[in-house]
Amino acid sequence: MAIGHVLLGILERGPAHGYDLKRTHDERFPSAKPLAFGQVYAGLAKLASDGLVEVAETQQEGGPERTTYAITPAGVETLESWLAAMESAGPYPADELVRKTITSLLRGADTTAFLQRQRATHLAVMRELVASQADVTNAAASIAIDHSISHLDADLRWLETAAERVAADRTRTA
Amino acid sequence: MNEDRMDEVLLDSQSVHKSFGRTEALRGASLSVAAGEVVAVTGPSGSGKSTLLLCAAGVLRPESGRVTYAGQDLDELGEAERSRLRRRDFGLVLQFGQLVPEMSAVQNVALPLLLDRHDKASSFTAARGWLERLDALDLADARPGEMSGGESQRIAIARALVSGPRVIFADEPTGALDTVNSERVLQVLLEVSRETSASLVLVTHDNRVAAVADREVILRDGSNELRVGA
Ligand SMILES: Nc1ncnc2c1ncn2[C@@H]1O[C@H](COP(=O)(O)OP(=O)(O)OP(=O)(O)O)[C@@H](O)[C@H]1O
Ligand SMILES: [Mg+2]
Repeated sequence: MAIGHVLLGILERGPAHGYDLKRTHDERFPSAKPLAFGQVYAGLAKLASDGLVEVAETQQEGGPERTTYAITPAGVETLESWLAAMESAGPYPADELVRKTITSLLRGADTTAFLQRQRATHLAVMRELVASQADVTNAAASIAIDHSISHLDADLRWLETAAERVAADRTRTA
Repeated sequence: MNEDRMDEVLLDSQSVHKSFGRTEALRGASLSVAAGEVVAVTGPSGSGKSTLLLCAAGVLRPESGRVTYAGQDLDELGEAERSRLRRRDFGLVLQFGQLVPEMSAVQNVALPLLLDRHDKASSFTAARGWLERLDALDLADARPGEMSGGESQRIAIARALVSGPRVIFADEPTGALDTVNSERVLQVLLEVSRETSASLVLVTHDNRVAAVADREVILRDGSNELRVGA
């Protein structure tokens, strides 16, 4: 329940309504997909039915109804145990990139061209991330971008190593 | 970069061959850079990146091939002219120690200006300004032997920028730096290139650096990697 935990983390700082939660989420995780309101309300409904959040206030002044939610003690406990459980460091399942590269290599197709195109695609995204890193001013957003950059960098390094191995292989068999 | 300068080739090295004893470091490598352009030179360790940079900057003389700057063939220049060109038009950040060990950081940074007969006061003011821009003003009085690798790297960058070069050559400028300092140094280099329309040649293993370049030149075994498609 990843979004639920993130919502709990935001609500721990003080009661908030759906729109606040969406905005804070999007600011905290600039490299993630922005939350849809539907996701926020579905997440809140689930948290409420589990007793992890409760309605703090309902306002209706001319406009649409605005419900403010607050975290419950059970919610804080859930948040703490989520943070206490470490994320697995892998191994990661082979993803589409690995499948394509290896398939291309084993087909004897032009793997060099494939690797160059893939590097260009990755570098273009890296360029956007480095630019967005220069624009953000708060540590939390920088840290979220760092994570995307580091993963992209790992893929790029892997692509470079693959290109070197393919080049060495070609010299050996030439 | 400035679009109308795109096609104006400032620096051109073609089919460069360079050997050290029996090691053929460059076998026909080429590097051509437009005014104001940011070019990343990447490739495996030992592929000839530093050697190509030193040839393009007129530090090393290749055995064959042609190296020109602003239309001038560097091979036709004598040593004194080459070193004047390097001092005035080029800013060079080398991969391995190039600071004068007996001098403080601020003296090292001011040195290119002093050698070029600028007066002492303005040279030191300029040097301090660059140290500040690189967050290294507190190191002004430290000697290279008293600095960390990353600190001396920032001093070397300040020294390369102090004379307002037309071309900045930087060999692994972020090599000894952590992520946050790398970002800072990279931003300064890009800003300077943008502000002064200086060309920037970045030899790097750092993908973040390669990503910000206008173009990437990949070396493999002393020559350019064949660009397939593109
Ligand atoms: N001064 C030198 N004397 C002898 N051999 C040298 C010298 N400089 C470079 N070489 C050799 O030339 C080849 C290319 O070296 P170069 O320093 O240009 O590689 P590089 O791509 O910059 O590598 P790295 O990424 O490790 O810095 C290497 O095989 C190296 O051993
Ligand atoms: Mg090198």
